[in-house]
Amino acid sequence: MNPINHFAGQARELMRRDTTWPFLVTRRRPVDVSKNIILYLEELNVSFDGFKALNNLNLYVNDGELRCLIGANGAGKTTLMDVITGKTACDSGSAWFGQNIDLLAHDEAEIAGLGIGRKFQKPTVFEAHTVFGNLELSLKGYRGVWRALTARLSGTERDRIEEVLSVIGLEDVRYQLAGALSHGQKQWLEIGMLLAAEPRLLLVDEPVAGMTAEETERTAELLTSLAGKHTVIVVEHDMEFVRSIARTVTVLHQGSVLAEGTMDQVQNNRDVIEVYLGEDA
Amino acid sequence: MNVLNSLAQASYRLLAAMRQPGRGTSWLVGILLVVTLAMSAANLLLPADSPFYVSTYTITLMGKYLCFAMLAMAVDIVWGYCGILSLGHGAFFALGGYGMGMYLMRQIGDRGVYGNPNLPDFMVFLNWQELPWYWFGMDQFWFAIFMALLVPGTLAFVFGWLAFRSRVTGVYFSIMTQALTYALMLAFFRNEMGFGGNNGLTDFKDILGFDLQADATRVALLLVTTFLVVVTFLVSRTIVQSRLGRVIVAVRDAEARTRFLGYRTEHYKVWLFVYSALIAAVAGMLYVPQVGIINPGEFSPLNSIEVVVWVAVGGRGTLYGAIVGALLVNYAKTRFTALMPDAWLFALGALFVIVTVYLPRGLAGLFGRVIELVHRRPGRGKEQTTRDDGLSVAEVGA
Ligand SMILES: Nc1ncnc2c1ncn2[C@@H]1O[C@H](COP(=O)(O)OP(=O)(O)O)[C@@H](O)[C@H]1O
Ligand SMILES: [Mg+2]
Repeated sequence: MNPINHFAGQARELMRRDTTWPFLVTRRRPVDVSKNIILYLEELNVSFDGFKALNNLNLYVNDGELRCLIGANGAGKTTLMDVITGKTACDSGSAWFGQNIDLLAHDEAEIAGLGIGRKFQKPTVFEAHTVFGNLELSLKGYRGVWRALTARLSGTERDRIEEVLSVIGLEDVRYQLAGALSHGQKQWLEIGMLLAAEPRLLLVDEPVAGMTAEETERTAELLTSLAGKHTVIVVEHDMEFVRSIARTVTVLHQGSVLAEGTMDQVQNNRDVIEVYLGEDA
Repeated sequence: MNVLNSLAQASYRLLAAMRQPGRGTSWLVGILLVVTLAMSAANLLLPADSPFYVSTYTITLMGKYLCFAMLAMAVDIVWGYCGILSLGHGAFFALGGYGMGMYLMRQIGDRGVYGNPNLPDFMVFLNWQELPWYWFGMDQFWFAIFMALLVPGTLAFVFGWLAFRSRVTGVYFSIMTQALTYALMLAFFRNEMGFGGNNGLTDFKDILGFDLQADATRVALLLVTTFLVVVTFLVSRTIVQSRLGRVIVAVRDAEARTRFLGYRTEHYKVWLFVYSALIAAVAGMLYVPQVGIINPGEFSPLNSIEVVVWVAVGGRGTLYGAIVGALLVNYAKTRFTALMPDAWLFALGALFVIVTVYLPRGLAGLFGRVIELVHRRPGRGKEQTTRDDGLSVAEVGA
């Protein structure tokens, strides 16, 4: 009796007309941000050989926000980005992109396709390709093998690349090999590659490391101008830089959130003063 | 009508791609064609006592070198462009060769030593009564060709899929490919496998009804080989110049970055690996009728390593470097083994060390540098080193 009921229940579930069968749901659906929150991270735990890199971490990021993550070396900032982008599997917890997409169920390429772009801590560009070529490969679009074989650059795509080139200020070196760029230029190119892919959420790991003061300033301008249309999460050590761009700052410490608020609130937080800002104050 | 139109478009695009300035290494193709045509004419038209006569031995030797050149291109495509160092491409080459060998074996018919019209000699010798199932259909040329492509292609697909999906890279991948070819060698050495054991397949009589010992057949085989080397070269060049090729180079240089841009790098690698294996198989198919034998020695791990040396000498990631490297090293090998047969392996090792240390980009890299020096005359600024099509000279030389 019981198993029959069970199967009948399942069959009824399958026949429901107000839901879609899971295998029919397209993998690429637009992210649902109707609650105005684009990223939900709850109770995330990651450990490496017993060392807890993320420890019950909770973080919510609003749609269109520019959020700064700060924290000492080893606080788990890069690991957090690894979890969001599917590079590192977490031991427990949940990560949702908007209301409808479970990030933990997707791998790197799928997550990139969903609209999450990432800049690495160490600038990584395709050194054997030109600046232009780097942006071409990053353009939003289909990523399949067969399509790539016959792909031609359309006029709109060319315009889009030119637009990104002018945003990142690399018009003059567009035909240079990316390997020949300066460190700062590589950082920008990598940001440009993110822009070309037109992601909803950008994760930017230490963008101004190794930049001159002037370059830093321009990067700050660029990132602020991106907020609104995109959601941006920036990891940075440079406190001046963070102060110049951040509206909301989250402080990580030993794999969990220590404090969150405006820069002033955070700087006056007793815990934060103790463990982080206190060191160099 | 539409089909015609798109066909015309496609062929126009192919022509346009072949004409691209600087990227073209079409001179190599031209030289290959001219040389082999001249050799063929000299063999067929001139009397044997003419000073310009080319012996059939030389014709066959050249055909063999060109098969090796094709194999080298196959390795270059995965190693030079995608950073996948395969030390097992000899396996795909040999599988293609066995496919062709089986066809040639069936063509012998009752002209074998035992005169059995249905069974190859080695099966009669083993007291087998009937043909094993996997030999059926191999007397049909088209079917044999199909199988000689299907088997290595499927093997490459399954092997690549397992390896790349589990993200096996670098040395671990290379070791796995060595293990693959070694395992196949051991299997093919066994008589029960039904591929002739350690003697392999040999004593071929004719191909498609043409006598394999005839000069004209030899010349035709050389010309077919040249033609297919050229076709493979052009197709491969079109592939590496497409966006697909750029993605592949991106995977080589920064796989994680490529993945985070949304590319399924394992798919790219698998298909490239399959393509490369198919080229190796075609090379093997062309090799067997020309040398007249295929045996398990072709699976030897050392063979696959030699191919890598050819590519390294010629310069990887250039395609034409692979051809040049294969031709030069094999010519040297022929000369060298005639003088000092035992010393060849040492010479090969020394060559590899010298190239790795002094010519990391091989002869093609050296050639590129010379071209650059010639071009960089006083009065020419830095702008000149970049081109309209977005490629710098450095990349063209690369
Ligand atoms: N793949 C890994 N294996 C082992 N330990 C790791 C790995 N990745 C990160 N860690 C450790 O996790 C901690 C957090 O690292 P990370 O997230 O890179 O910190 P940061 O906040 O400086 O970016 C560090 O102590 C680091 O050593
Ligand atoms: Mg970090």
